[in-house]
This record gives sequence, structure tokens and C-alpha cells, in this order.
Amino acid sequence: MSDNILVQRPEFVREVEISAYGVVEKPLTAWEKIFNNAAVRKCLLLLMLATVWQVYSTLLNNPLLFPKFSDTIDAFYDNIMNGVLLQRGWFSIKVLLMGYTAGLFLAGTLTAFAITSRIGNDFLETLTSMFNPLPAIALLPLALIWFGLGNGSLVFVLIHSVLWPVALNTHSGFMSVSQTMRMVGRNYGLTGPRYVAKILIPAAFPNILTGMKIGWAFAWRTLIAAELVFGVSSGSGGLGWFIYENKNQLEIANVFAGLFSVIIIGLFVENFIFRNIELKTVRKWGMQS
Amino acid sequence: MNARAAPAPLLEVKGVTLQYKTKEHLVTATYRVDFQIYKSDRFVILGPSGCGKSTLLKAVGGYMKPVEGTMSLNGEVIRKPGSDRVFVFQEFDQLLPWKTVMQNVMFALTSSGKLRGKAAADKAMQYIEKVKLTKFADSFPHMLSGGMKQRVAIARGMAMEPDVLLMDEPFAALDALTRRKMQEELLQLWEDTHFTVLFVTHSIPEAVLIGNRILLLSPHPGRVKAELNSDGKDNVGSDGKKLSERIHDMLFSDQIEEEVTRHV
Repeated sequence: MSDNILVQRPEFVREVEISAYGVVEKPLTAWEKIFNNAAVRKCLLLLMLATVWQVYSTLLNNPLLFPKFSDTIDAFYDNIMNGVLLQRGWFSIKVLLMGYTAGLFLAGTLTAFAITSRIGNDFLETLTSMFNPLPAIALLPLALIWFGLGNGSLVFVLIHSVLWPVALNTHSGFMSVSQTMRMVGRNYGLTGPRYVAKILIPAAFPNILTGMKIGWAFAWRTLIAAELVFGVSSGSGGLGWFIYENKNQLEIANVFAGLFSVIIIGLFVENFIFRNIELKTVRKWGMQS
Repeated sequence: MNARAAPAPLLEVKGVTLQYKTKEHLVTATYRVDFQIYKSDRFVILGPSGCGKSTLLKAVGGYMKPVEGTMSLNGEVIRKPGSDRVFVFQEFDQLLPWKTVMQNVMFALTSSGKLRGKAAADKAMQYIEKVKLTKFADSFPHMLSGGMKQRVAIARGMAMEPDVLLMDEPFAALDALTRRKMQEELLQLWEDTHFTVLFVTHSIPEAVLIGNRILLLSPHPGRVKAELNSDGKDNVGSDGKKLSERIHDMLFSDQIEEEVTRHV
């Protein structure tokens, strides 16, 4: 019988006292709190890298090949102060924004077309598989013939570099919106553009944002590279041209300063602009942890 | 015998056959199913998995067309999804994660064009109060527990004040204790407003507790096996069996028959 197999024990009921506990919640120490901050940790790493750079370049002592960190900072400061870097930076960003917005707009149109019809879907899939792997720079010679030495060519290659990754991500985002959410939208009478705007776009927003980030990174690197290749137009150039020009004059510290600005603008957009969009949308909504 | 003359049914399903295609098969989900739902019914469709109960509910929702038979609500044939039949799903992602609890309920009212502005906000708040989530009106869905999410979905459905509320196993994803509590709350809400609800489940105790009328479907394809009355107390019937036992036997006998035919 089971009575013989099971061990017999008496039942018991306890009064649960609250006061008997020791520490339930204890604040972390100041040091732990500081080190938990990712920004602090990253700054520490950067500081280390700068130190390594400074020590190595001092030992090397060849400013033509590898200027000191302090010289680069000096050059950076000087060029900011005399306005050259700011002007060049602004020129680059202006062109970039033109290409980026045009690219986003085209990507939106193309995906809208792709989700509403099967032929549109095939069209988008074929085009993205054809053009996404094609580096934008490879189109530059053609762009120069078609649009000449000016912003037109730059914007053309920028659109190419933004359009495909954004379209691809937006499309896959739309496709992965859950069936339940779609049914909810239709249940409450949403159809056509309202359905896209109120259900599909917000539901696919994590993917759309990823696409925008990738598109931005592609556009930025394409722009700098394109400026390095064909440089100046109508008397003013961007950061790429600044780097190229200073290399020709063997102002290597300035070349580093130019690279520095490229990095800083990249970091700012990634860690400030996109990060804030992310915090205010997908993080807040719990769609991304 | 009921002395009252039966009024016209709210929802009438006549000889409905539903089929859908998977990649390799054409599946017949239900075959010539008939039932009528009257106002303020708590009508439960009960059956084992594969009896087409969810498909039937989707068809009532207007998401698919029957290949045979008609479904009409208030005498009008159902052709497409509409806000006179509001769904409460089993999945938690039926709440839009980018909207707060309040916005989720209001979204339903404004999107369907039922109410707008202040009126929508007031109505939304009224139903959020009914499901006891006033404190969480400004929280986002990901901050809520599973039971709370389902309460929001129910509030959203009820705020629409639809002709019939369609519930597709709304408590199936909850733990047993929460599920029990939600069932009681649903009955309490029904006591308050006497809404009409069409409830799909595969749990016999849930069907007995929630429904005043239980439709039993047999599987592969779904056909009507019985329609039973329930007062929620699982009483012993004239045959000396509890209602839940009777249901259990009916569903279970099916399975044995199936086994037998398979082995023949």
C-alpha cells in the first residue's frame, strides 16, 4: 500500500513574522553605482586608448606618420576655432541629410507598394537582392557622368546607400507583425493607409529603426568616401575633402583631426539622436530590452 | 417548458461549413454547424482541439467566409470584420505595446469612429474602473501581468459595447489561480451589464462555470454534438451525473469511437 511507501509527517502552520528578517534591500556602494554606468566604463576605455596612442607616438617620434594624441587634439581645436572644420562638417551633414531623407522617402514608397501587392513584393525583393550588395562607391563613376561634379552625384550615391537597407528592414518588419495585432486593427475598422499608420508602422518600428540606423551608417561612410574620391565642388567641400586636402599638404595632424570629427559626428548621431529615439519609443513600449 | 415566446436570435448560424487551406491540405474545420445566440447569452463553444471552434469564432468575427451556409447578426449577413463583434484573444499581444492601458481602450473607440475626444476618454475610464485597473491607466502593457493584460483586453472589448463579445480562450494563457479569479470577475461583469458573449474554450469546468448554454462540437470536422444548459453550479442531472461528467462522457465517447474506427 502507498501508506507504507510514503514517509508520514505531521502538518504544520506557521505565523509569518515580518520583523524577523535582516537586510531585505541594501543600496549599492557609490563605487558599484559608478561602475554600473556604461558611459563611465566606455570613457575609461577611451582614456586608456588615448594614453596608449600618446605613449606610442612619443616613442615613435614621427609626426608625419603618426602624430601625437596631444597634437591631434591641438589641430582639432585650432580647426574648430578658425571655423574650417565646422564649415566642412556642416557641408557634409547638409548633403547627407538631403540624401538620407530622399532615401527614407523612397524606401517608404517602395515598401508601401510591396505590402499592398504581390508584384510589388517581388519587385522589392528582386531590387534589394540586386542592389543591396552593390557598394555605393561603385556607382560613383556613373553618377559623375550623369550628374556631374556636384551635390547631385553625392545625393545619388547616398540615396543608393540608404534606400536598400531601410526598405529591406521595413519590409521584414511589416511582414513580422503578429496576426493577432493585425486582426485587432481590422476588428476596430482600420483599413488602408490608417491601418498602415496606426498598426503596421508602430508594430514594425523596432525593425524600421534598425534599418534607419544601418542606413545612416552606410550613408555616412559612403559620403566621406565619395568626398575623398572626387572632393571639392563649387569651392567648398566636406570632411572627406578636408582629409584629402590635408594629406596632400602633409598636415597629418589635421588629417587625424578630420578623422576625429567623422568619428565624433558618428558617435553623436548613434549615441545621442538614435539612442533618444529608441528610449522614447521601443524601449518605453517594452518592444526591445 | 418555457412559456415565453422566443424572441428573434441575435446571432444566427445556419448550416455553416468552413474550410481553410494549409500549404498541403484543404482542411474542413466545421461541417454544417447550426446554433442561435440570444441577447445576454453566455454562449460557450466547447470541444477538443481540432473541432474548429476557433475557426468558427473567426468566421463570426468576419475574418473568413463560410463555403456553405450563412451567419447573420441582427438579421444582417456577416461579411467582414466590424466593431459590432469585438474580439478578445488568448494572446497577450492583442494590446498595442506602444499605447498605454487608457490609450489602448480609447484607440478602439476612436478608430472605429464610435466616440471621440472627451467622450471616448470618459467611456474608456469607466470600463477601466470596471476591471479595477484605474491605478494602471497610464502604464504600458509590458508593465502589466498576464491577468491584467487580459483585463485590459476585456475592458477594451466591453467599452465598445458590441452586440456580441467574441472571446477566444481568453484565459488559456494564464496560470490556474489567475484564471479562476478572472472567470469570477467575468461573471461579475456580466451581472453588471448583461452583455452577450460567445466564449470558446477547451476546458470543461470553465465551460460549465461561464456558460448558460454550452455547444459541444465533435472533432474532425467540427459538427454539433449537443447543446446543453448550465447554471454554473455543475448540478446533478436526471441521469444522476454531474453536468461536467455528462460533457466529459460525450467528448470521451467520441475518442473511443475514433480509436475503434481507426483499428478496424
